This record gives sequence, structure tokens and C-alpha cells, in this order.
Amino acid sequence: MSFLMDNTEKARYLLLGNEAIARGALEAGVNVASGYPGTPSSEIIESLSKIAKDANIYVEWSTNEKVAMEVAAAASFAGLRSMCVMKQNGVNVGSDFLLHLAGSGTRGGMVIVPCEDPGALSSVNEGESRYFAKLFEIPLLEPGDFQEVKDMTKWAFELSEKINNFVMLRSVTRFSHASGNVTYGDIIKRDINAQFKYDGFILDPMEGLPISAPVEYKHSEQQKKLKQAAEIFEKSPFNTYTGVKKPELLVITSSACNLYCKEAIQLLGAEDKVGLLKLGTTWPLPQGLLKTHLSETKKVLIVEEVLPFMEENIKVVALEMAGEIGNKIFYGKNDNTLPKVGELNPDIVTQALSKILNLKYEQRSDEYIKKAQNIVLTKAPHRELTFCPGCPHRSSYWSIHNALKLDGRKGFVCGDIGCYSLAFLPCGFSTLKTLHSMGSGTGLASGFGKLKQFGFAQSVLAVCGDSTFFHTAMPALVNAVHHKSDFTLIILDNSGTAMTGFQPHPGLKSNAMGEEVPSIDIAKICVAMGAKVRVQDPFDLENTQKQLLDLMEYKEGVKVMILRQICALSPEKKAKKKYEMSIDENKCIGENCGCNRLCTRIFRCPGLEWDAKANVARIDDVICRGCGVCADICPGKAINKKEAA
Amino acid sequence: MSSMKISKDPYNIIITGVGGQGNVLASRILANMFVENNFFVTIGESFGASQRGGSVMSHLRISKESCYSPQIPKGLADIIVSLEPIEAIRVLLDYGNSDIKVLSNSRPVRPPGVIAGDMNYPSLDEIKISLKELSSDVWIIDATEKAVEMGNPILGNIIMLGALAGVSDLPLYKDDFQKVMSRNISSDKIDINLQAYDLGSDMVNQ
Repeated sequence: MSFLMDNTEKARYLLLGNEAIARGALEAGVNVASGYPGTPSSEIIESLSKIAKDANIYVEWSTNEKVAMEVAAAASFAGLRSMCVMKQNGVNVGSDFLLHLAGSGTRGGMVIVPCEDPGALSSVNEGESRYFAKLFEIPLLEPGDFQEVKDMTKWAFELSEKINNFVMLRSVTRFSHASGNVTYGDIIKRDINAQFKYDGFILDPMEGLPISAPVEYKHSEQQKKLKQAAEIFEKSPFNTYTGVKKPELLVITSSACNLYCKEAIQLLGAEDKVGLLKLGTTWPLPQGLLKTHLSETKKVLIVEEVLPFMEENIKVVALEMAGEIGNKIFYGKNDNTLPKVGELNPDIVTQALSKILNLKYEQRSDEYIKKAQNIVLTKAPHRELTFCPGCPHRSSYWSIHNALKLDGRKGFVCGDIGCYSLAFLPCGFSTLKTLHSMGSGTGLASGFGKLKQFGFAQSVLAVCGDSTFFHTAMPALVNAVHHKSDFTLIILDNSGTAMTGFQPHPGLKSNAMGEEVPSIDIAKICVAMGAKVRVQDPFDLENTQKQLLDLMEYKEGVKVMILRQICALSPEKKAKKKYEMSIDENKCIGENCGCNRLCTRIFRCPGLEWDAKANVARIDDVICRGCGVCADICPGKAINKKEAA
Repeated sequence: MSSMKISKDPYNIIITGVGGQGNVLASRILANMFVENNFFVTIGESFGASQRGGSVMSHLRISKESCYSPQIPKGLADIIVSLEPIEAIRVLLDYGNSDIKVLSNSRPVRPPGVIAGDMNYPSLDEIKISLKELSSDVWIIDATEKAVEMGNPILGNIIMLGALAGVSDLPLYKDDFQKVMSRNISSDKIDINLQAYDLGSDMVNQ
């Protein structure tokens, strides 16, 4: 039995925040869980998919976040409890549906869980979905420690059923991808009999039509639900206060910042000066609770990530109450006490507190820091991100780079989200020149490909991954074909959602729960759309380049090249090297070759190494994955590949 | 009865290395060894984009009292376990102090800029001197080489955990390691991991 299913009383485990969310959902008796992979959210659906059969739940990796939300909402309409999980920008993808869902309301408890990435540790944005909660007029919950991550997830389902609307539970990287001790509650058993009722009075929330019209009536009902949530929040055990009754400074915080604040107060020994109000319910705000605590102090610091969401909302509340509670001095993001970009940490909060309270904090001597800076500068060469050894993307981009050079029309690649995003760096030979959202490379290329009448003469390429193709590249490709846009789309098909850990997608033969499902052929879809399509193994450098140049020469219409090679980190590839690689040191003449060290200077696979003293390239056996591609790059034929035993 | 005390509360451990070296697994095994003895443990991890050949770091906060933040405050780490030598240096800049201990693997994973020949990778002697200048105790062991001898370089992280048990005064016991491993890996791999753990302890106790 999985540790996530343990139902012994008060069992205690060290859980990844994402596992705690999964456990909370299990305790609530969740029936349906859906999502689209995205760091730092992916382990929630992964954990649930592994135990789907034992727990009698339906789990799916949906094609994209909007579909995932619709799948979860259907379960709610049928009276089931459902959860939908995504990374922060996933909420953007599904926001059109969510706006209407907030108006129609839900039935069985429905919770959407954006896992956000302040500081963009694994993202190309640090966007926030908290503003969506305000925009959609739905409750927003933000757990403040690992136990609460589990407990509040469970509670979110109950709250959703109380107000007949979905609830947003926001996690962040420092919970989702951090671990802490969690004590379990019971997994409740609910009687399940799914049925979508629509025969009742049309406006009845449980048996009428779940639609957002008549809009004004439904909107006012929605606002009543929000008011009801605000009343519940006034007494919520997830809003806590620690500290003296009349603190010199009141700190109001939420989410992972709660842990930073606690630590900062402890580091400064400021327990007698600072009161900490941790809010778990951050929209709508518990105004009565705020009034109680704001009345006891003059100075208020608001600590949150990333934008001043709470800060601005609390200021409105404080202004409305100013007659009763008096004017306050606010510190936070708007006065630059705290940064408005990046993630916070205990140090940033400590510095803010020490500045406001005029307390001294020195972590270590300046001398130590200076010494460390000097040593790092000379002894710890920067480690740039790169593709893994044996990664098919390195080979794909090698051919793309060469084809663009030979094509000679100042061509470029429009990219999107996946491991292959890294191609704006030298590891992808800096070929990638645009990088925005999922599928946006294809959409941008569709636009670039229509600019000829304005003198645009550059060749246009786009890349997308196999999972991204289904997610959002397909509509852009339809648009491009229909409008006869001129570009070549390269689909980097590595047989899985590789970046987030090989989650299945519609192109594969099994689903999240390991069941056999029909796979959808990307090449056939592209042909059906009317694109000119080629399929190629990117490890065959010569033919990839040739085929690509060939496609780029067609002047009109959309060309698609599918480069198919399994990810080097896939269990199948990790298990065994295909080739044993070696360098013939008699043939490698290093700097004297004229190749300009093509293998180490340009190709830069981590499995290679350059021995400057011996003037020879080498293979690092521990790191090399034996893909064999570097042997085809060396013009001196100094790299040998031998089938591995 | 073995001592279940830690010399400082919270005790802050950083496990660092390069994506793909088994940093995450090592930190979870270590953390669960403390959980076996009823410690509060928080792990803060960087993975995702950093998995792709980047520097990775796990912060472990061990306490008898309460749950600490997943990020160690600057300058407050107590020991660094580094699966890659220059990563130990890098971590010291932010989290080091003159009392810190450093346990490092000797095997380099060269950054792309070094492979390209644009930057130099320091010699092991230079690394040793640098680490000594910024810490109170330094141990460097050939974990990857020994792991390769055992048949799989990935065992390097387990050798490092065994070495950590050997060099530190932390309440780390082989029984707990065995218990935790048996929950995390298939039974046919337990023996080789136990051997790696023992080897790590032996390497620092010679």
C-alpha cells in the first residue's frame, strides 16, 4: 500500500508539499483529479495517478489546463468532488472557462490548485493567479506550513460545497517542491452516485442549469457566496496570530512567507516587539479579524510573494476603517521595504524587520563574505544550463543551426515551453529567438510567415514539443495552414512530457493511470491539416539537415518536420548505453586540426571534455550516455563509436 | 542507547551537486533517517529547470522543536555535502561561515564553459585550499570512482551519505538507513546500497 493511502490513526510522514495536497484531496474523498504537467505542480497528479485504482479515483493528464478544468467541472456538476492542478500560468490558459464557471457555480466540491513559482526557479515568468481569484470573485486559500497544505486542501472541498462555487488553493515552489512533516487525518468514504441533474427549476443551483445566465442574477448570487465565504473566514483556524497583544509592529503574511517571517523574528529575537498575523484565507479578506489586530498597533508590514496583492487589499480595508482604528503606517512592496520581484527568503524579511525596528543583525563577517566572493570568482566557474548528455534536442538544434547558416536568409527559430526552450543559450547554438507561452512559437511563426508584403525576407522556423503540440500548437498550426503562412514547424518529439518527468500525452499509448488508450498520430494530424510533412531521426545529422533545407526551400505554405528520438532521461534510454565512445588520440590533433574544436567548443555535450594541456578531446565515461552523435560531428574521424555490449 | 541529540537546533545541512547526480534522492533518504528518530525536518529543493545540467541544492533543516523554512538563512549552514567539488565552493559564498564543515566528492562535472575551453576548472589541490579557507573541516573523497568500481556511478550519493554519518556527530545510524532504503527502492538493490553506505563511512574513518 502506498504511504499516501495509510489510514492508521495519526500516521505521520515527511511529505513533499505536492504529496500533502494529494493526501488532503484523498482525505476529502476526491473522485476526479485532472491537470496538465508544469513545474512545480506535477507531482500532485503523479501521486494520485499511482494510487488511482486503489483509491477508486479517476485521474487524467488532460491535453491542456482549460480542458483539465472542464473535466474537473463536469465531475462537480455530477455531484462528485474534483480537483484541477496546474502551474501558475495554467490558470491563464483556462481563465475563460473559469470566469463562466464562477458565474454558473459548482455542485460537488471543486478545488483548483495553481502551484506558483515566485523567483521563476523553473519558469519563464513569475505570474500570479491570486488576482484571478479576485477577478473571478471566488475564495482564495493559501496554506502557511506543510500541515496546512494538507489540511487546507481537505477543507477547500468542504468550503466549495458550502458556497456552491469552486475554490482556489494556491501553493508555491517552496511548498510544492519542499518537504515537511505532516500528520494524517482520516480518508473519508463518501457514497458516490454520479448524476448530472438538470430537470429542476432552471435557477436551482443543484438541479437547474449550471450556466452563468441570466448574468446579473447569477452574478449577484455569486457575490452572496463570496460574502458567505468571508463570514466563514472570520472564524477560520487557518488565520492565526502569534505575539504580544500590542506589538510595536504587526506583520501580516501568507503562504511560505509565514515560515520566513517566523524565522526572521526568531533570528532578531524580536518576539516581544512583533506580532505575526498569518492569513490562510487571503480573498476575500477577514475584515473583522484584520480590524481586531490593526487596532492594536501603529505600524504594519505586509510580507507576501510576489506582487502586493494582500497589501493593496488590506490598505483598502484599513482606509475604510480608519475612523475607528486610526491611520496606520504601512510597510511592504509599495514603499520598497520588500522587493516586488523574485521570491523572498528569511534574510530579506530579517533585513526588512531590522530596518523598521532598528535592530542589528549580522550573519557573518564582511571579511568572510569578501574572501568567499574572491574564491568563487576564480575557483567556481559558472555553470550554465545545458541539455543533458545524449539529449536529442542538442542534435536537432545542431542541424537547425547548420541549416539556418546554409540557408543564409538571417533565419531564426520561434520557440515555446519545454526543455528545448534552453536553445536561446549556447547549448541550442542560440538559434531560438522568441520564447513566450505554450504553443506560442507556432503562432508567432504563423504571423512572421505573412509579412512578405512588407519586405520581410527572413526564413522562419518554429519548434514545439510533442506534448506542447497537443496543448496549444495545434490551433496555431490550423491558423497557419489556413492562411498559407510560410514557415517550417519542427516538432521535437521525444515521446513524453520530458521536462516535467515523462507524463503521458495524447500521442502515447498509455494514460496517467497506466491504462492502454488510443494514441493520436502527430504526423497524420499535420498531413490532415494540409501541411507538407517529413519525419526524421535527429541523431542522423546528415539527413536531418538535408531534409530541413529541402523543406525550407518551399516558398509557400506550412512545412512540418517531425524529429523523433526518445528523451535521454527516459527509463528506456537510461537503462543502457547504445554506444561505447572513445577518442583516437592519434587522430585528434586538437587546436591544430582546423575544426576549431567543433566537438567541445561548439557541440559542447557534457559527455565530452577538452584537455588543453594534452591538446586533445576526451570522453567522460561517467557522464557520456553513448548516443554516438559526436562521432558524426568530428571531421577528423577521431571519435569512435562501438555498439555497447 | 544511541544519542538522538543534535549539537545545534535547527541543524542546517546542504546537499549540493549537479542535476542528475542523485541530489534529490540523497536529501530525501537523509531527511527520512532523521524522521525515524522523531525530528522535525524541512527540505527545500531546487529541481525542474536546474535538473538540466545546472547547479542543484537541497536545504535540510533538522529540529527537535519545530518546522523551519525550506530556505536556510544566509551564512547559517552547518555542513555541506557536495556531490561535485566546485559546487561546494559556490554554496559557501551564500551559506558558509568559518565554523562550517564540508564533505565533498572529488569527481568534477565540468560546466559547459569549461568543456568549451572558455573557463578553467580548478585542480583538486586548489579546490582543497579554497574549501579550507572558508570552513573549519574539509573531507574530500573519491565517491564516484568507488561507485564506478562498485558498478554504477549513481551510488556516489549513497557513499556520500555513509561518509556524512562517518564525519559528523549527527544521529545517523545504519539501521535507519536500511529502514528508509527498504521503503524507497526495490529489495534487490538494498544490498549494494548498504555496501555503498558502509564504504562511505569507511572512507572517512581510515
